[in-house]
Amino acid sequence: MSAHPNDTHGTHGHTAEDGHDHGSYKSYIIGFVLSVILTAIPFYIVMSGGFENRSLTALVVIAFAVAQILVHMVYFLHMNGKSDEGWTMMSMIFTVIVVVIMLAGSLWVMYNLNANMMPQMNHDTLGFGS
Amino acid sequence: MSANVQTPAQGYWETEPHHHEEGASTSLGFWVYLMSDCLMFAVLFAVYGVLGQNFAAGPGPKALFDLTLIAINTGFLLVSSITFGFAMLAMVKGNQRTTLIWLSVTLPLGLAFLALEIYEFHHLIHLGAGPQRSGFLSAFFALVGTHGLHVAFGSIWLVTLMVQINRHGLIPANRRRMSCLSMFWHFLDVIWIGVFTFVYLLGMI
Repeated sequence: MSAHPNDTHGTHGHTAEDGHDHGSYKSYIIGFVLSVILTAIPFYIVMSGGFENRSLTALVVIAFAVAQILVHMVYFLHMNGKSDEGWTMMSMIFTVIVVVIMLAGSLWVMYNLNANMMPQMNHDTLGFGS
Repeated sequence: MSANVQTPAQGYWETEPHHHEEGASTSLGFWVYLMSDCLMFAVLFAVYGVLGQNFAAGPGPKALFDLTLIAINTGFLLVSSITFGFAMLAMVKGNQRTTLIWLSVTLPLGLAFLALEIYEFHHLIHLGAGPQRSGFLSAFFALVGTHGLHVAFGSIWLVTLMVQINRHGLIPANRRRMSCLSMFWHFLDVIWIGVFTFVYLLGMI
């Protein structure tokens, strides 16, 4: 009766002062230098006219953007699997999934809509409207 | 027998609510807010992706955008990110003066970004390429304008936080606010990577 199994509560560990990683000068500088490089290269590629193949240019530019977003996540936002017992990472993964479904879905549906509605469904050719 | 079943039940129900130190969940809550903000930006990106080719016989990206301007603007945001990072490091060390100095370096960079963006918008509207011109320009102004509004509110927040820190010092409440604004500021930089890549760079290819 007198035993309190809940006594262990409230002792779960907080390593840093507030349980968060704030990085160091070194990590900020590394992140900054990486971001500058990852920004400068795609800007240079596009401003100097890009490659012969336009889709290749687009792919390279997008690849640099993804790399830079990851750099920002790690070096500036200090993402890791540990902060707030992993819930930060979980909520981000959930958001990324929803964003990907929404972006890909919207673009896919609207692209097909445009492709299928033009131009043979034009009102003039079918004699609809004014 | 019944006593055997009932006695451990005392331990299963918690009679007292969990004790959490004040503000312990603030950063997670703010992170969830940022994720919802991220969804909002994703919708705006999707709108831009769908409407971005609908020029309505008006000007397209190549006729309107100036990449040099965007590169300078990107530089402002990038440098402001690292100066805010230095402010955070000074705060962790408990150095109020250095924190305020780095914050007051960050603020003009944010304002310079806003000034260039307002100049760009003004220039476009002056050319007759306002948001009402075409679907492409509506989506462009909605997406880039929303990001600019976020930077504007972030700058207002930065000013109020500097006043708070100046008045009350680096108390726990102000440290929490600093952490939240830090996440907000870096998050805006991440969104800007998407904007300059998908709107400006891909538009100019």
